Amino acid sequence: MSTMMSAGSTRPPRDGRPTSPTSALSTHAQADDPRRHHDLAGALDRPLHVLDEDGTRHKDPLLDPYLADVDEKTLASLLRDMTVIRALDDEAVALQRQGELGLWPPLRGQEAAQIGLARSLADDDFLFTSYRENGVAWCRGVEPAEMLSVWRGTTLSGWDPFARRMATPQVIIGAQTHHAVGYAMAMSARGEKNLAVTCFGDGAMSQGDVNEAMVFAASFRAPVLFFCQNNHYAISEPVALQATVPLSHRPVGFGIPSLRVDGNDILAMRAAVALAAERIRSGAGPMFLEAVTYRLGPHTTSDDPTRYRDEAELETWRKRDPILRLENHLARLGAPVERYQEEAQAQAREAADALHRAVSTLTDPAPESLFENVLTTAHAGLARQRAQMLAFEASLAPAGSTS
Amino acid sequence: MTTMTMAKALNTALHDSLAADEDVLLIGEDIGTLGGVFRITDGLQKAFGPQRVIDSPLAESGIVGTAVGMAYAGMRPVCEIQFDGFVFPAFDQLVAQVARLHYRTGGRVRMPLTIRIPFGGGIGAVEHHSESPEAYFAHTPGLRVVTVADPQDAYSTMRAAIECEDPVILLEPKRRYWGKGEVDTSLTTDLSSARVLRSGRDATLVAYGPLVVTALEAAVAAEDDGIDLEVIDLRSLAPLDRDTVAESVRRTGRLIAAHEAPGTVSLSSEVITCAIEDCFEHLEAAPERVTGYDVPYPPAALEEHHLPGIDRILDAVDRTLGRRSSREAA
Repeated sequence: MSTMMSAGSTRPPRDGRPTSPTSALSTHAQADDPRRHHDLAGALDRPLHVLDEDGTRHKDPLLDPYLADVDEKTLASLLRDMTVIRALDDEAVALQRQGELGLWPPLRGQEAAQIGLARSLADDDFLFTSYRENGVAWCRGVEPAEMLSVWRGTTLSGWDPFARRMATPQVIIGAQTHHAVGYAMAMSARGEKNLAVTCFGDGAMSQGDVNEAMVFAASFRAPVLFFCQNNHYAISEPVALQATVPLSHRPVGFGIPSLRVDGNDILAMRAAVALAAERIRSGAGPMFLEAVTYRLGPHTTSDDPTRYRDEAELETWRKRDPILRLENHLARLGAPVERYQEEAQAQAREAADALHRAVSTLTDPAPESLFENVLTTAHAGLARQRAQMLAFEASLAPAGSTS
Repeated sequence: MTTMTMAKALNTALHDSLAADEDVLLIGEDIGTLGGVFRITDGLQKAFGPQRVIDSPLAESGIVGTAVGMAYAGMRPVCEIQFDGFVFPAFDQLVAQVARLHYRTGGRVRMPLTIRIPFGGGIGAVEHHSESPEAYFAHTPGLRVVTVADPQDAYSTMRAAIECEDPVILLEPKRRYWGKGEVDTSLTTDLSSARVLRSGRDATLVAYGPLVVTALEAAVAAEDDGIDLEVIDLRSLAPLDRDTVAESVRRTGRLIAAHEAPGTVSLSSEVITCAIEDCFEHLEAAPERVTGYDVPYPPAALEEHHLPGIDRILDAVDRTLGRRSSREAA
């Protein structure tokens, strides 16, 4: 564990460039447009990985112990999970294009990060995520209608957080990190061995809440995993605008051990999460994982990424597709890739069809439900407004109508 | 029944809540070893341990956000915001998280948080230590906002706030911390109702928090002029007990609302609007308000000019009664 404790702070740069913030800033200053240098962080510190783009498996002394159980069946199940959540995501995008959903935040490209996380946690670990973790939600058993209702605008949250052990999507960037720390502190005080996990993105790393949450987690040794999916963009803003050093360097300054992991390498992700979970469960305090990945789609269905990134960059990352990489790995092992692909696709079609069917079950709630659950108790002012609204809306009904 | 200061009454209420329910915990800056800068949590960490009376890092958003997570896990956190002017870093967690989680989740997630904030001026403090931020929170659906005015009210309201399943912003009038009164710890109260502290025929004087004492003193002074004031302590700023105010105004026909906060878009705006909606035909004069001016909280040397005192209240009483006031004199 000693290598991990110092990871980020002492690891030499692989390309020989200096890592001090000052030199990073001067690199910035020399650029015509500093925002174009979004690979700066990536160049400073190569993420941990065990699979090359062509599927070659590398040894890694830190991660290998957490991959000892991986057999062909495991690989096939990971392929299936990633294929299913990609299909769900594609279907949701299609539903939005058809006017069935108001908005959808695609996860395409981030399948390995989300499956690697979700499949390495215990069932009763509790997640506090942002709004892009629909792949994680699927792993937690969230039903299709529960996944869509927020995006169709019929509810403000789709599922029971306690049943799924996952809070519903947080829209305020980074606010949920505090909730995870508080939850972890409460569990710890009760002697429970569960983790709280919080998911957020590269943009959130600039938020005060995320930084405060790391202070609290470190000071109270809270059993919490900070899981940052660095997908390289906060809407249009490249990660270099949020940080001039790798994001994973920051937690070290808070006293939180941190790893920078290839977020498109499903095996590296799975191992890193298992390692972190084991360490946190042992009582060693919080840990931070940066999953270096890439959002292949838009920020949301309302976004136009052609305004801020070019085709060449996109093409580079398409070659790093996490599903493709796992398929390449299976092929190198001599496994029947096509059969696994077909099985995965069959399940993916089934899941996507279920999502498609679910959307029509989401009907508008009753108008008077507008006033429900503001407080847990009766509220005379709201009761009055409710009566006024119902009387007004009834007054709009055509004469003779009884509805 | 014991005589104690409001500070001691609050301390006793926190002690009794911690003792009564193991899910109750306190979190805030300097509340443990020091016992709070106003000593409201004095001795509690020693009695209940550092896991239940938690000295937090200096980050207000963190205090409230962490408490949200604890409430998810079934705890009943009581957060101390050290001074009113320090609550703003926690504004997002309060208005975008705490206030909405019950609504957002269709009633599945409850936020039984109590957010204690010493508020108001009159102590000669430096900037950011004398604010009256209540309107921000009263404007936010999903929060209960309550004030306390005397030791008994402070004890019973604190106990009720901690037991409440809703998030409660509990505003403590810091300049009244050292005022004494009788406290019966067996007395309970609700969080919703205003109380008529003094019955009167001529006009209704509505106040809350630090100005309740001032309003009662003004009512005594008014007796010298033969004016009989009814004094209402609003207690709950959200939801607002408009019925108690309307019932009084129907009898007196006159209304004065007083608070330290600036008057524009304030609790007095709301109280007077409600009275006009509820009992317009009973009003015999335009309602009056006596508030802090629409300025940032001034330096200590100017606060006696800024804060409503007995004389400014009586001046407004004179106007509602058609008597000669400062405005005619000018």
